[in-house]
Amino acid sequence: MTSYLLETIRSKFPDDILETHAFRGDETVLLKKEALLKAAAFLKDDLGFDFLMDLTAADYLPREPRFELVCHFYSSKHNYRLRLKCPVGADDPKVDSLTPLWAGANWFEREAYDMYGIKFEGHPDLRRILMYDGFEGHPLRKDYPLKQRQPRIPHRG
Amino acid sequence: MGLETIFGHSYLTTRLDAAVNWGRKYSFFQYPFVTACCGMEYMSVFASAYDIARFGAEYPRFSPRQADVLFVVGTVNEKLAPVLKRVYDQMCEPKWVVSFGVCATSGGFYDNYATVQGIDKIIPVDIYIPGCPPRPEAILDALIKLQEKVSKESVLDRKYK
Repeated sequence: MTSYLLETIRSKFPDDILETHAFRGDETVLLKKEALLKAAAFLKDDLGFDFLMDLTAADYLPREPRFELVCHFYSSKHNYRLRLKCPVGADDPKVDSLTPLWAGANWFEREAYDMYGIKFEGHPDLRRILMYDGFEGHPLRKDYPLKQRQPRIPHRG
Repeated sequence: MGLETIFGHSYLTTRLDAAVNWGRKYSFFQYPFVTACCGMEYMSVFASAYDIARFGAEYPRFSPRQADVLFVVGTVNEKLAPVLKRVYDQMCEPKWVVSFGVCATSGGFYDNYATVQGIDKIIPVDIYIPGCPPRPEAILDALIKLQEKVSKESVLDRKYK
């Protein structure tokens, strides 16, 4: 199944799109991470996607590339939704930040950094948002030990 | 430890215990350390249907310095642990702690990287209330058990070093 929206993006970035699919109107574009920022700018400036609804990540260990960055966009003008996904490798977990386009990306990216260790280049203040300073590792990574505890203050005996 | 200690080990001590403890157990000032959904049940205990005022504990203080009983109501995570410890340390003796609900008691089903597996890993606890969340009757039951515990204490005991 194809759609006007997916065709438009495909023809705009023919070399960067890895895959597109749509399931019951739920349209998804898988693209190279190098193209994320320009694709997002195209969505915002030309296609009327004015709202970054969500930005998060997933860990598909032991698959390589291991991580997937997931962004959900919404156009309040057209009542359209679109999902952009980028594979991100463990050896170089860096992606361009979307904060220049949507200020709301700031805390989403801090969360993805905190939980998965994905670094967002160009982010103004990339530090942990949920866990505390001194916490080691990224707890939503699949290889984070299930029973590992990192007390912030010493526990009683 | 308050004014009553100036009587020291005089022959009055036993009867003083009875008088002081009677006063203490019917006038708890609570500090509600509410972090999660258990707070809803906790609030209902204050409302007219269950009316914790019948037990003399209707007066929550939002400064730990004015409180006698610390109610830890809900999940405490590692990030919050220093705050709970500090609130506890700021309370004056005599002081008691009630662990409200399974999350505060044992971490509950949050057996994960973020959650303290029971607040007794941070501070000493007097009474544990099970339930997710506990019913208001369970809270009143815990309060009565705390009163029984208080009535057996001596004014010369210093509970927590």
